[in-house]
Amino acid sequence: MGTTDSSIVDSARARPGLLLVALLGGLLLVDLAAKLAGVSLGPVGGALSADRLGSNLWSGVVIGLVIGLAGIGLSMTYSILSFANFSHGDLLSTGAFTGWGVAFLIAGVGDVPLRALLTVRDAGSATSGDIGAHILSTPIAILLGLLAAFAATAVVALALDRAFYKPMRDRDGISILIASIGAALIVRYVIQFVYGSDRRGVTASVEASNLAFAPLGLSVNAHDLTIAVAAIGLMLAMHFMLQRTKLGTAMRAMADNKDLALVTGIPAERVVTATWIIGGGLAGASGYLYVLLRGTIQFDFGWLLLLLIFAAVILGGIGSVYGAIAGGLVIGIVFTTSTIWIPSDFNEAAAFAVMITMLLLRPEGLFGGVTTA
Amino acid sequence: MSDASPPSSDGDAPADGSAPESATAALIDAARRSDLGLVLGTLLLVYLAATVLTFTDGLNSVVGLMRTLTFLGLVYALAALALNLQWGYAGLFNIGVAGFMALGVYTMGIVVRSPDPAFGPPGFGLPLPVGIAAGMLVAAVVGLLAALPALRLKADYLAIVTLGISEIIRLFLQSSAFDTFLRDALGVGTGGGRGMGMPRNPVRDLFLVDGQAGTPTALGDLVFGVFGESGLGISNTILIDWGYIAVLAAFVIGFYVLLERLGRSPFGRTLKAIREDELVADSLGKNVDLIKIKVFVIGCALMGLAGILWFGSQGNVSPTPQFMPLLTFYVFIAVIIGGSGSNTGAVLGGIVFATVLFEGPRRIGAALRDVIDAQTPPSFGDALVSLDPTAFLAYATDNIAPLQFVFLGLILVFIMHRRPDGLLGDRIETAAAVDLSERPGGGETDE
Repeated sequence: MGTTDSSIVDSARARPGLLLVALLGGLLLVDLAAKLAGVSLGPVGGALSADRLGSNLWSGVVIGLVIGLAGIGLSMTYSILSFANFSHGDLLSTGAFTGWGVAFLIAGVGDVPLRALLTVRDAGSATSGDIGAHILSTPIAILLGLLAAFAATAVVALALDRAFYKPMRDRDGISILIASIGAALIVRYVIQFVYGSDRRGVTASVEASNLAFAPLGLSVNAHDLTIAVAAIGLMLAMHFMLQRTKLGTAMRAMADNKDLALVTGIPAERVVTATWIIGGGLAGASGYLYVLLRGTIQFDFGWLLLLLIFAAVILGGIGSVYGAIAGGLVIGIVFTTSTIWIPSDFNEAAAFAVMITMLLLRPEGLFGGVTTA
Repeated sequence: MSDASPPSSDGDAPADGSAPESATAALIDAARRSDLGLVLGTLLLVYLAATVLTFTDGLNSVVGLMRTLTFLGLVYALAALALNLQWGYAGLFNIGVAGFMALGVYTMGIVVRSPDPAFGPPGFGLPLPVGIAAGMLVAAVVGLLAALPALRLKADYLAIVTLGISEIIRLFLQSSAFDTFLRDALGVGTGGGRGMGMPRNPVRDLFLVDGQAGTPTALGDLVFGVFGESGLGISNTILIDWGYIAVLAAFVIGFYVLLERLGRSPFGRTLKAIREDELVADSLGKNVDLIKIKVFVIGCALMGLAGILWFGSQGNVSPTPQFMPLLTFYVFIAVIIGGSGSNTGAVLGGIVFATVLFEGPRRIGAALRDVIDAQTPPSFGDALVSLDPTAFLAYATDNIAPLQFVFLGLILVFIMHRRPDGLLGDRIETAAAVDLSERPGGGETDE
């Protein structure tokens, strides 16, 4: 234990930036404690109810789970295909629109014209109340929508790979990155062309949408709970796939050392295909869940979310699946709790600032270069 | 001493071309290699297309469309030149162009605007040249702060960091809390999401006394008399805009000469060496980090200036949607089309992007829509279920904007697949002072 302590001191001495960040973090924690206790000492302290902190943390965890889920795919494409995929955010939008189209179809078929359902209320004049999609009133529709989002986005991701990325397999990361910007433009604006550019609500409001857990004294929004359960379920499935299946082992090997993996006889193209199916599918599912969380949908929401996903992936160490999940949680919590200290205009900027600080001080991420996949 | 100029296809170029001694010599040198001809030829083609599209509406429309196209072409050329310095010369993948342009134009606005809060967000009320210098300085300083640590990172990390910085800048300018903070601390404001009015363009004062319509100066009288309502019938605003376009053209030439001279200096050769192989440049004793920081800062200052010249002339700036990351990608597409590393390519790419890819589809879409005799369906779903190709075409031409972005994306992917060096990428300047690929006459040949 002694050696670890001294190495921490040494690293702090060698890297004053790290020390500064630690001091700032400590200060914020002291301030938070003072705020909770209701003590005020000059600029430190103030008033903050534990309820508000609790609800901030919970919504941070929910957003963080969605971002972490989206980050898995981004991290996988980075580690296995060695490029930063700028079209990943638009895969989220793809999943959201296709998934909600299917969810609407099941929830509102018969009452509302088909074209209004499939275009997620772009055509026709049906309101979200007419369709009535909500996890409590139409659970089957919401769950089938999630599956559809996964499947449709996996197909789109695979098609993009075959058309755009496969011919560039041996090129440098920056060239493929630029091509992915092109792919992002194509996907985003095909979505706008087909689904329109309006921001619109998707979920219906139902009475008593909060689920109460009386013995614990907790009350949780049904949609938040759905998102948390679905996201954690998908993450666990991902974990078992990576650790227990042959495909998962091959993926980890490819991410670890591509040349060695090829020499060992791992079928590279098959692993790449699986990467796109799983990474794209998870992106679509997280886009679908994000819309469930926000209640509204717009053609470019995934693109606007992309930088937050990058922030999460970088925070956890780009290339690591578990890092992406942890990074997503951190970014989500920073995103919602930063409003305790700064105006809400800046919560996104705070998340980006955390990402930049991380890159400057510890570019290998939270888990320091451990690439698990 | 042999020539560094790349091999050109036209045989009439005299072969003496030593390195240019002055700005004019550099310009003449450029024209001799008929780069100027290339750019002017492209512009002429664009004008021809513009004339074909609008000649039925009269001279005023033709000149007006030409004005719009030339303005966009030149401002994109300015931004592309600045980016080319960072990316083409030094290989620094900066995708925060929009942020640095916003910094330049916002600083200029804050410095120059009147301190009286009655006219919107107050400023310092200083003269315009001070504002322009301050805008470039702030863009350069932020560039320096970003570059100091970020340049150690890998190219794709640098990309994400610069994108993050540009979004942070946009979010700050967008924020009303930041506006209030600035007003309390410095007595100036950004206007938040509503944006900020820009100071009057001094070019307008050349034509109109105090910029007031109806009181032309002597020059204004002359120009309006010959070309204006009483002459050729071109509206006064369009004529004043052409005056500003002349200023922009001068700046494009200035940027070009500056970058060409920089590129041929020992500093520029080191830059290209870093782009080709950082490790080798480092091993040869070049201070790679310092040179990268310098070039990043110069590039950011030029982006600030480009932002001032571009958005400062637009009357009003607002952070969204003007400075969204999409703007950065436009500039990138311009550089990629031209071929990163070639300054002429950057100018050409700027013009081609702005006219052919950006404005062209909109104009053609609008022209097509006028021909189609059908009502536009309200949505894609309605267009599809109508099973009527004309209705579908009407929907497509009315919604040409998204299709145009799809087209841009396809172009980007196509270029990366088939022609990653761009239109003029084969002219990428070599790092060596002498052309190593072609031996001067009398030397032994390899083949």
